[in-house]
Amino acid sequence: MIRDITLGQYYQTESCIHRLDPRVKLLGTILFIISLFSIRNFSGYLVAAIFLAIVIKLSHVPFRFMVKGMKAILFLLLITVVFNLFLTPGETLVSFWKFRITQEGLRTAIFMALRLTFLIIGSSVMTLTTTPNHLTDGMEKLLKPLQRVHVPVHEISMMMSIALRFIPILLEETDKIMKAQIARGADFESGNLIKKAKSLVPLLVPLFISAFRRANDLAMAMEARCYRGGEFRTKMKPLAYRKQDVAAYIFVILYLILTIWVGRILQVL
Amino acid sequence: MAILLNHVSYVYQAGTEMSVTALNDINLKIPDGQFIGLIGHTGSGKSTLVQHLNGLLKPSSGALYYDGEEYFSQGFDLKKLRSKVGLVFQYPEHQLFEADVFSDVCFGPTNLGLDKKEVELRAYAALKQVGIEDEYFYQSPFELSGGQKRRVAIAGVLAMQPDVLVLDEPTAGLDPKGRDEILDQIKKLQKESGITVILVSHSMEDVAKYVERIIVMNKGGILFDDIPQRVFREYEKLEEIGLAAPQITYIMNKINKDLYPVSTEVKTIEEAKEEILRAMRLQND
Repeated sequence: MIRDITLGQYYQTESCIHRLDPRVKLLGTILFIISLFSIRNFSGYLVAAIFLAIVIKLSHVPFRFMVKGMKAILFLLLITVVFNLFLTPGETLVSFWKFRITQEGLRTAIFMALRLTFLIIGSSVMTLTTTPNHLTDGMEKLLKPLQRVHVPVHEISMMMSIALRFIPILLEETDKIMKAQIARGADFESGNLIKKAKSLVPLLVPLFISAFRRANDLAMAMEARCYRGGEFRTKMKPLAYRKQDVAAYIFVILYLILTIWVGRILQVL
Repeated sequence: MAILLNHVSYVYQAGTEMSVTALNDINLKIPDGQFIGLIGHTGSGKSTLVQHLNGLLKPSSGALYYDGEEYFSQGFDLKKLRSKVGLVFQYPEHQLFEADVFSDVCFGPTNLGLDKKEVELRAYAALKQVGIEDEYFYQSPFELSGGQKRRVAIAGVLAMQPDVLVLDEPTAGLDPKGRDEILDQIKKLQKESGITVILVSHSMEDVAKYVERIIVMNKGGILFDDIPQRVFREYEKLEEIGLAAPQITYIMNKINKDLYPVSTEVKTIEEAKEEILRAMRLQND
């Protein structure tokens, strides 16, 4: 039941996008998101759509997995569209009762919807093609310069990878404890809100205890192997750019130039 | 009163590429008052099977019956079933949550909707049955030793007074003394109250002394279902699937082959001693 929740939903398959350096994917995604917010006309979004379609095609991840992420923000999307549609001042297009839809409102609503959709799909391409560990590795390397100003970059990324690693374990643990308490007659479903919240105590207390126990064990195991933070630590597989990564950067930059150029020459649209 | 399994199959994550058949066409009859050992290698499906017995999992196909009533049929009382078929999970001490031992044991019977007095009587009886002394009743369960914690957790299920008690690897991670204590107490309980006990384990050695019937599972199916002596006779087949007969079976087979004719169908060291002495006396006569 609870195992159906997927977080950091990596989709295992073989593709050139999967093989890219995580830094390329991280920076590429950030640049793509920036481009989404600087685009001001429909032809720009057409370019973004084509770019996204090429990347998805290359990633070999079925499209339905991309759309899965959309479900979570459907409500947010709806609210944004509705508010923009009715509350933007400007030239009236249609009006009924107290509501009126303006030309500007329609335009911003569509833009907002496109932006959010592309944003979610774009970032799920990244998470679907990169393992969480790879992602934190990439982040650590990208943030390395911040170490100069005493930001504990290594520790932050270590914490992130441990947290990600423990999500499936804790989910499994929750499932187990839940079953054990159901076997003792616990009821997690019926009753009002207060009763439901109370019924979570037999689940949460053992879960916290086991989380602390695991954290303790892990800390001990790490210390037993002489772990002492990031200083002087080397990697077994250090990240290094290869030809394909450079090509990917060029591809993203070309896309950026194209969106800016399209935005300039087709200002009329 | 019995549990019946009729062509029960269970598939994890059915319909996806990751689907795994955990149980494959299981037919079983579990009559009253038996002490049964359910043995299988890790991943043989034994934990999945016991979760079916109290309705935590619903079979993908096939049906289960308790007392002739089909599980999950219309009007079937799942809560009542769970009070009748008590399931103690692996490492049950991980489900303790109350501030003191006594309240934790009260959790199960309270959920059955019994009045306070009855709940406390049952909790008291259950704690006594597993050999927890009064002085521990109002301690935090987290301050007890590993073996004590486990016994408190087992008491938590016993307090619901089930007719069938299923224990999933109740001795995992305990030292030999703690293991024998728990198994002896369960045997005593089974004898006194006449309940059915199903002991899940991957070690023949542990269960040989206690059970009267052994069910061996392999790859989601039932390989053997017989009295221990006859199951141990198949020790070569057991080895093929990564299990083993008790050491005493091997010794007796060796003696039988190389020294004297002895019966290889003994379960414990005591029985073996008698059998060897008998054979030696015969030899000397």
